[in-house]
Formats: sequence, C-alpha cells, structure tokens
Amino acid sequence: MEIQETDKQEFNITVYTENQIGLLNRIAIIFTRRKINIDSLNTSPSEIDSIHRFNIVITESEEVVRKLTRQIEKQVEVLKVYYHTNADVVWQEMALYKVSTDVIAEKVSVERLLRENGARAVTIRKDYTVFEATGHREETDNLIKILQPYGLIEFVRSARVAIIKDSEGFNSKLREFERLEPGEEVIENEYLNKGQKVFTM
Amino acid sequence: METQTITQEISDAKAETAKAQAVELTGSEALLEALIVEGVDTIFGYPGGAIMPIYDALYDYSEKLNHILVRHEQGGIHAGQGYARSSGKVGVVFATSGPGATNLVTGLADAQIDSTPLVCITGQVFAHLLGTDAFQETDVINITTPITKWNYQVTDATEIPEVLAKAFYIARSGRPGPVLIDITKNAQIQKFNYEGYTPCNHIRSYRPKPIVRPQYIQQAAELINSAQKPFILWGQGVILGEAEKEFKAFVEKSGIPAAWTILGAGAIPTDHPQNVGMLGMHGNYGPNVLTNECDVLIAIGMRFDDRVTGRLDKYAKQAKVIHLDIDPAEIDKNVKSTVPVWGDCKETIPMLTQLVEKREHTEWLNTFHEYTRQETEQVIHNELNPTTEEMTMGEVIKHLNELTNGDAVIVTDVGQHQMVACRYAKFNNTRSNVTSGGLGTMGFALPAAIGAKFGAQQRDVVAIIGDGGFQMTLQELGTIMQTGVNVKIVILNNRFLGMVRQWQELFNQRRYSFVDIQSPDFVTVAKGYGIAGKSISDRSELESSLKEMLAHDGSFLLEVFVTKENNVFPMVPQGCSVAEIRLK
Repeated sequence: MEIQETDKQEFNITVYTENQIGLLNRIAIIFTRRKINIDSLNTSPSEIDSIHRFNIVITESEEVVRKLTRQIEKQVEVLKVYYHTNADVVWQEMALYKVSTDVIAEKVSVERLLRENGARAVTIRKDYTVFEATGHREETDNLIKILQPYGLIEFVRSARVAIIKDSEGFNSKLREFERLEPGEEVIENEYLNKGQKVFTM
Repeated sequence: METQTITQEISDAKAETAKAQAVELTGSEALLEALIVEGVDTIFGYPGGAIMPIYDALYDYSEKLNHILVRHEQGGIHAGQGYARSSGKVGVVFATSGPGATNLVTGLADAQIDSTPLVCITGQVFAHLLGTDAFQETDVINITTPITKWNYQVTDATEIPEVLAKAFYIARSGRPGPVLIDITKNAQIQKFNYEGYTPCNHIRSYRPKPIVRPQYIQQAAELINSAQKPFILWGQGVILGEAEKEFKAFVEKSGIPAAWTILGAGAIPTDHPQNVGMLGMHGNYGPNVLTNECDVLIAIGMRFDDRVTGRLDKYAKQAKVIHLDIDPAEIDKNVKSTVPVWGDCKETIPMLTQLVEKREHTEWLNTFHEYTRQETEQVIHNELNPTTEEMTMGEVIKHLNELTNGDAVIVTDVGQHQMVACRYAKFNNTRSNVTSGGLGTMGFALPAAIGAKFGAQQRDVVAIIGDGGFQMTLQELGTIMQTGVNVKIVILNNRFLGMVRQWQELFNQRRYSFVDIQSPDFVTVAKGYGIAGKSISDRSELESSLKEMLAHDGSFLLEVFVTKENNVFPMVPQGCSVAEIRLK
C-alpha cells in the first residue's frame, strides 16, 4: 500500500536515551534502512543528569512514524520515544549569517532589516560580521533571502530543538523505569488511552 | 534492634568474604568465569591473533568449557544457532577480529531475524590501535549494529563482568536475539581485581516484556467466544516463550483449528487433531485459503512475514485480528490488529484460556479437512507415493518419519528440500525443527546440525540439505571428524539449485539461468573426512539406506538422487493473495 504524499507532514521525534557510544548510529540506521531522510537531528542532555535526548525531525505519515518510534524504543539503551506534530511542540532553530562589515556599515537598510528579523550580531570584525537569528525554519530562511542581495558570505543553520508542550518532564517516568516492576503507564498504549496527555498515553 | 545488628553483622561478614574472595584475574579469565556462572557448557569458535589471550586462558578451562573448533566462523555461529534452537539456551561463539568477525555477519543476521539467543565474543586489536587500520582491524561494532539486539566494545577489563551479565540477560530475555561483545586485546590481557560475577536481571532502559493488560485479554476472549470461524496462527514465539503446554491447553479448550509458521513447527505435535498444517508460500492449502474466510484470526508469537501473508492488502481483510506478541514493535507492523495483546505468551495464553468457552468447531474443522483431502489428492499423495522412476524429496521424508517416528531433530537448509521437509516431517516434540526461516541462509544446515546435536545430545539429529547448500559450508565435515559428533546428513540431490529453477520454470519461461550446479562425489568427500556414506538413486534402496544411516554408530552421509525438475506445491505466487494458492 503506497503511502500518499499528502499524508506526510513534519513530525518531531523525541528520544530519551542512556549516554552510550554507538547509539546514534543504532537510531540513525532505523531511518536510513527504510530510505527515510532525517531532516534534522539534535542530541543534547535532558532535564535529567545522565539521560540524553535526541530531537529528530522527519517528514512522513503518522503510520510510518508510529512504526519507527516502536523500532527505536525497542533498542536496549532507549528509554522512551515520543512523536509530535509541529503544533504539539515549541521549537526553534538557530542560524548564523556572515556578511561583509563594509556593506553593513554603508547601508543603513541592512541594519534595519536585521533588527526587524530579530537577528543580533555575535562577532564584528573589520572584514566581516556574523549575525545570529533564532526561530522557525521560514524565519531563518527569510533572512537568507533578505541578506542575499547584500553579499551573504556564509550561512549555517542548527538542528531543531523542541520542547513538548504537554510534557511533565521525564523525572517521574525515569523513577518508574528504575523499578524492577514498573507501573502500567510505562507501556505506551495508543488504544487504551487515546487522546490523553502524552505522559499517560 | 537486635535483629538489625545481626543483619548488619551478616552483611559485614558477606562483604569480608567478598573482599577475601577478590582475586586478581585477567580480562580473559573474567570472561570465562562469567560463562561458567551463566551455565555455558559449549563454545563454538575459531582462534586468531586478536583473541589469543582468551584462547590462552581457555587452555586452563577446557574441563569446564567444551570448545568446539569449527572450520569457518560462519560455521561457528550457525552451530551456535543450532545449539540455541535445540537446547533453549544461549549459544556462545568466539571469533577473532577482522575476517573472523566479518565471517559472523550472516549468522548474526540470521539469528536476529529468527530471534535466536547468542552471545558472540570477538577479539579486537589493542585499544590504542583502534581506527588506525591496524592488522585485522575491522569496525565490527558498526558493521553488526543493524543485525544485533545489542553490541558493545570492551576496552577495559574491569567492564567485563558487568558487560557479560548484560549480554546474557539481553540475549535470552524478552524477544531473544544475538548480542556481540568486541573485546580489545589489551582488555583481555589486563589484570584487575575480580570481585565475582553477578547475573543481570534489570536494565532501566530495557523492557524485555510489556506489561499485560487484562482489559485486552478480556476483549480478545469476547471476540473468540463470539466467533463462528476462528483460526489460530502460531509462530516461534510459543517455543521461545516455553509456552507449549499453555498453548496446547488453549487450543484444546477453545477447539479452534491452528496452523503454524515454519519456525513454530513442533510446538504442538504434527498429528494433533487441531493442527491443520503449515502457513505461507508453500504451506498447506486449507490454512492459506481459509485465512481469508475466518472471522477471527488469533496470531500468537508470529510476525506476519511476507512469505506467510502473501499480498498484504488482500490478507484476512474480513477477519478481526487478535495479535499476541512480546515485541510491541511487531503489533500493527504488517497486519493491523483489532485487539493487540502485548506480553509474554507464557502469561497471556493461560489468561485467555481461562476466559474462553470450551467449544468444538467441528464443522469449521471439517472445512480444513476437506481442503486437506483435495491437497492430498492433487499434491501430497503423488509426492509421498510417486509412480515416477526417480525418487521425490517427499518420499524420503516420509520414510524418515516412519523410522524416527517423529522424535528426531530435523535441521534443514534453504530451498525446495526445506519446504518439503517442513511440510512433511513429523514432529512430536518442540524444538525439533531447526531451519533458517527469515533470512533463508543456504549453508545453514550442516553447522546448525552440529550445534543442535551438542544442544540435545540425547536426541537424533538429522540434517536435510540440498546439493547447493551443502557445498556452501561443507568444510564443517572437518568439525564432525574432529569432535566425533553424531550427525546424520541426508543430501537431497536434484542436480539443480531447485527453488530458483522452479521460479525460472514458472515465471521466467524456463530460462534456467545458472541453476545447473555440479557437485563433487559427496560420499568420497565424506570419506576424506572419515565419515561413512552412501549414495543411492534407486527407490528399492531407500528404506534400508535410511535404516543403515540411523543405525550407524557415528555420523553418516546419505546422498539421495531425486527427480531433477520437481516443483514444490502448493504455492502462493509472489504478489498473489493467500487465497490464490496454486495446487499445480
């Protein structure tokens, strides 16, 4: 059964893991094996010491995403996986823009444009200036377009970081995991608790 | 207060003993100590440069640990798989770095897809040489990541007890699978203060079995009780979960017909009245056709492989599906379930049995029997009682059944002979059908049979192998020679790579592209290894030769020349639904 293109949308996959060498590869190959492109991947510490958090963004149907999350959660060093649409998370990406300092100094309009787009200078040198902007994809994309006519020398954007709106954090969850006989809620159950909040899902 | 003091004293004393017992061991010795505590009795392996310290330590442990020297690491890992499958224990395999480790890859992939518990130990170059393209250095961790349940590289000896404990726990618990531990040479040599070995029973990030939801058991039972034409499909999960008794009780109380995947064969005996046969591409007629007629499908410990389902969008669409599995990732992976029953089937099946009504689905069962009658008439009878001059694979299996009475462990390779053996072999007992199911690894049978015999020494082990597959790992005859292990080998020689030839005949207009395979004189080859053998092409010799083989004191190779161009039927052609199964 072909998945319709129209079913696809951006999903934010949040993975809580142990800090283990090789785990990044183990998770990445779950996508690459199915020839699914990872749009964005970020690894960072979580709210809990020793627990790491991956933020992965892919464009796929929910059906595929659900299967992928189960495959990820099956990995020994993965504690829990959640997936959310963009509406369910607060997310940001950061971008850096390098432009010639001369152009900035000469053209007042550039400064105004940067200000309007929430960019700030992080380095100012004689030859170039580096600006930083944080926001959604279209915002950081927009600034590329704006700076292009003024000679954008270099551009880079970070992976996405996302906070789950409905999450109560991972602390209580982790305590359950540490028990030999965890509570029922540890097992995610889309049928039984459909529609409830993420942590009792 | 007083009790507290006593408890305190006891635990102090324990701590003292532990300290006193702490001895200085090398990483290699700690590894072997771990194997002993885990109850390992047999290791299949092959030495080499980067694993030499472990082999040096093994020299002093040879009374406690029986090391079987194989002829190729692939043979070693398949033997480990055969051992695990016949015994239910974790198979242990040793290999060196580089080519030794890469030779394990096929076996790891096979064990991963067939959920076989293994702990593979590979040697690795010194830690300071990692990433320098040192002699026999391969990035075995990254190579094996997609085909292991878990893998880990040890670079410090102090890690060994804990890592080995995790390895065994992960390999055998939940849905079992292969684990690979890569140990750098420095860690093997390094001495450290060994404080004993504690088996692992909990890893916070690892849930071997999901918690059972009684609500679902309830819903499943209601569905079953209201069903008119319920149908059970069972897989290897019943065997891996050691739930054969529980399963039998469920089948008998519910009165529901039950069919098996090839890896599930033997969980209940072949001649059980409710056992209606084999599923899938070359399975039985009734189970395939009636999958698309049942009203409730109860899948237990099986994963709806494409060889079982055929075309998925025409698979059991009319049925409500109850899926019992220990691996949450299997639920809804291929077939959407109406009631998912997460959990260990050893726990979930008895809960279900309690709630289902005692019933007899006589009429429904007779529908299966009617299909069996048709299949027997058009396929089975001719295969088992051929009138052709040349022998068929099926009649060899039939005679073998009569002589072993269904009590032997049957190990098969991959191809036509595998399908024929799985279809017609009689299994009275669980853990009797050892075959490469998911991966379809040619060359599996000979080494797996060696391992299966070490895993079930009291049982007869008969390997059924094609002329193609046998040539992929025939070097393991050397292992048989050296260990004296008693394995019976039946080569069903049709002088073709038969299954590919069958497809070429049916779907590629008989364009027999590179399936015409020549073989050496197998009996002479066996003789070179000191193994007795015989080659027959006349039916009149079949029964006596099989008898001779089984009665022979030691291994025996029997080559049976069978019809060159026989096809395995029934068959669900690729891209067709199970209901479109062909009898010819």
